[in-house]
Amino acid sequence: MAEKSTRTAGSRQSTRIHEHIVEIVSDSGEGAQKCGQTFGTVSAKMGNGVWTVEIIPAEIKPPSRSRAGASGIRIRLGDHKITNMGDEANLVVAFNEQVLYGRISQKSYRPGTVILLESKWAGDPSPEVQQAYTKALEDFEDRGYVVHELAMEEACLAHTSNPQLGKNMFVLGILCEIYQRDLDKALAEIAAVFARKGEGVITSNQNLLRAGAQFARENVDYCYEVPPMPGKAELLVMNGNQAIGVGVMAAGMEVVSMYPITPATSASHYLAGVFDKVGAFVHQAEDEIAAVGFAIGCSYAGKTACTITSGPGLALKTEFIGLAVMAEIPLVIVDVQRGGPATGLPTKVEQGDLNAAIYGSPGDSPKVVLAAATIDECLHLVITARKLAEAFRIPVILLTDANLATGVQPIRRPEVREEWFAPPIDQSPWKEGVPPYDWDPKTGLSPRPIPGQVGGEYVLTGLAHTRQSHVAYDPEANQYGQEMRSRKLAALRASLKPPKVHGDEEGDLIVVGWGSTLGSIEEAVDRARAEGYRVSSVHVRFLSPLQPGLRSIFLKFKKVMTVELNYSDPPEGLMDKTQPGRPAQLALNLRARTRRDIDYWSISPGQPLSPGQIYDVIIGRLNAMGVTPSKTAETVSRS
Amino acid sequence: MFGLKTDWSLDVLPRYFTLEDYEGGVARWCPGCGDHAVLAAVQRICRDEQLAPEKTVCVSGIGCSSRFPHYMKTYGFHGLHGRALPVACGVKARRPDLHVWVATGDGDCCSIGAGHWIHAVRYNMDMVVMLFNNSIYGLTKAQTAPTSPVGLKTNTHPGGAWLPPLKPTAATIGFTNASFVAQTVDWNPAHLHATLDAAYKHKGLSFVQIMQRCPQYTASIFEEYQQDPSRMLLLTHEDGINIDPAVARIYPNQMSHDPSDLPEALRIANRDDTLPIGLFFRDPDRPRYEEITALGLDMTVEEKLTALNKELDRFAI
Ligand code: SF4
Repeated sequence: MAEKSTRTAGSRQSTRIHEHIVEIVSDSGEGAQKCGQTFGTVSAKMGNGVWTVEIIPAEIKPPSRSRAGASGIRIRLGDHKITNMGDEANLVVAFNEQVLYGRISQKSYRPGTVILLESKWAGDPSPEVQQAYTKALEDFEDRGYVVHELAMEEACLAHTSNPQLGKNMFVLGILCEIYQRDLDKALAEIAAVFARKGEGVITSNQNLLRAGAQFARENVDYCYEVPPMPGKAELLVMNGNQAIGVGVMAAGMEVVSMYPITPATSASHYLAGVFDKVGAFVHQAEDEIAAVGFAIGCSYAGKTACTITSGPGLALKTEFIGLAVMAEIPLVIVDVQRGGPATGLPTKVEQGDLNAAIYGSPGDSPKVVLAAATIDECLHLVITARKLAEAFRIPVILLTDANLATGVQPIRRPEVREEWFAPPIDQSPWKEGVPPYDWDPKTGLSPRPIPGQVGGEYVLTGLAHTRQSHVAYDPEANQYGQEMRSRKLAALRASLKPPKVHGDEEGDLIVVGWGSTLGSIEEAVDRARAEGYRVSSVHVRFLSPLQPGLRSIFLKFKKVMTVELNYSDPPEGLMDKTQPGRPAQLALNLRARTRRDIDYWSISPGQPLSPGQIYDVIIGRLNAMGVTPSKTAETVSRS
Repeated sequence: MFGLKTDWSLDVLPRYFTLEDYEGGVARWCPGCGDHAVLAAVQRICRDEQLAPEKTVCVSGIGCSSRFPHYMKTYGFHGLHGRALPVACGVKARRPDLHVWVATGDGDCCSIGAGHWIHAVRYNMDMVVMLFNNSIYGLTKAQTAPTSPVGLKTNTHPGGAWLPPLKPTAATIGFTNASFVAQTVDWNPAHLHATLDAAYKHKGLSFVQIMQRCPQYTASIFEEYQQDPSRMLLLTHEDGINIDPAVARIYPNQMSHDPSDLPEALRIANRDDTLPIGLFFRDPDRPRYEEITALGLDMTVEEKLTALNKELDRFAI
């Protein structure tokens, strides 16, 4: 991706590049993530497009220098908007050679990848370690990596007594120098990151940063220039969970009621530090059930509340969500998805909760399910969710995932508006003669009495009930109530716009996605299109009710395929070929709701999909259809 | 009462509520069920205190006693089994202006919702929690409750309940930050009323265990106490529940108990040889969660927008 134009910075070669993928890989606990997040934030603050993905070890307490222990972060930065983690890295900083194997097995590098490797292992007292190191060096050479051995830890010793802990900021200095980052911005970022730890810690980390930069000037003979993105839009740099927190505040919510659960908790951590500034508070409940019950209590009393959780928490909240459906209590539930079922992969990404979100309740339980595809959407969809919850008197589940939760990205600064806020609660007398469920027979919508409204007194119940909220067990009342609740989804669906197709509106293949895979899918589609393939993609934000217009979109393509980050059987099943396999979750829903034959490709590796992976699948599917780029250049007639 | 003041002048209230203003649907509990008496007592307190029906919220879980809100003409929340307390706390969190009454049963509170029981007591938000203890699951037809006496024959333990019963009053006194714990019986309307009245007037979570007769399934359990008041122990104290001496005289066994004495309260609550009624423990100075949950209620939209923009600046490039 390097452009030809080069210039010199000092004595070193500076190359202007469009984008780079940088990784910092270490044993867990060496602070690589903090280093990378700071690097990403500084880059974003310099106007670059940025996307960060944490590399989380496969084990909870992995031994040091082990493949399973690979921990760290990937930062993709460029002179344009970056929407996903990309494919192979350009430059890697590694604290030991073994953790690199953890990444190699995930195809993170390619010939030419530059590796800045801690060299102290060559002189390790243990001959085994020495040997392993030497052997790995040879292997890396065979694989075509460009390895630069650097005595980083030794250099750190001059500035800290515990290089194990300080190395990360030293490496930040190295990276800042290589990518010519504004050192003042990095120093300011360190001051912000360590603000709670006091002056001493800030100063020593800042010194390490300076030392790292100096070290790079002396030991690395190249550097890169990554120009800022064009445009003058005001940007904010944050991760997805912070974006949810900001969204919660911008929606004017008064309460977040939560119970600690990975990877959702950091959204509440963020809010706990700032929520009082907007007159609101975070309630840490005694359990997940109480968290949603408390939020429902607030909402029943007219105050907007939401609960933020992950899969296992969503499971525990199911009964209460059903009550919110039945009794029509507005409620926002954010589910930051992780791998499941049960404890599953607590720190890792998966899109496995879609069906649980749509259907996870006994009985017919129509509710709204949205999925954020970007960090920007994490912010804005919370605001949308609150409005929908209140307008439709319904629970709204907003799905994000572990990838969005920790990914740092610049987003356009929203202009916060009063109309985003929940309006003050209505305490005027309730209109006489109007029942608490005055369902509009066409839309199922009805206004809601709030405690404090004279004449609105009613008893909310989870039992089947009439418009008066009177318990009713008769067949007609039950059928009618269910229909009214279902009508709300139909009414909402009728007000939605069809999604936009990325690429041409007709072709051989359309890839359908949802959630955080957006960037990777579109990049893969663009690659295939550049080669002449007639492939497009469409991304669904409204999963329940399903966004309208998909069937008409699908009719213009020969093949429709979902790409998802969840488990599915191969289409031909696992045993005999007469019993089709269990499809991916979106595919299952699309089959039912669009009455089309929907193909799917999904895996659940616990990490984001890369554009290269998706590209390979697209080409594979097209080739299996007998489509090649030359053929696609002609017009193919379709039925 | 009636707007009549101590100097005999009369204030004409803009709204005056009579008992009828609190009477919802016709109560469908079995005849002779103790729940009827509790309902009447609460309606009387609402009337005496002139609680605006629109500012009164009755929250319940599931069970016979949890039908309570349906029979009140206030706002009501008849939610999920075991989950009345989290909802009630949520209602109170940002609406300190609402009067919250919680109706919960021994299965609802002490079994499926036991976790919430502990924590709601600790939150100590201003509300009255009435534990209707009939020592059985009534609504689902005679399963063993956590409070069922040993030997009680039920549908789930036809050979008789085997485990020693939970002691909700003793347990509650033991929960951190408990601020008001009392015990009464449904068959003494004066004591029931006086206890709930004191509970209402206490600022904080008032926990009242009400021994409640269930003629349908556990008719025998409280019979001996009803027939023979000498089997019971009336707790008296100037800071306790004060009833008409004529009523108090029914109980030959009385004991002065200072409700600020927590270890003594616990000892009494653990007694098996008698059924004590009265105020076990009260501490009006315990922290109440709404002291922090209700902060910021007076903020204006402009103030919030300014604060939010300032927060966004922190993320700005
Ligand atoms: S079953 Fe028992 S507790 Fe239930 S209503 Fe009848 S008497 Fe009351």
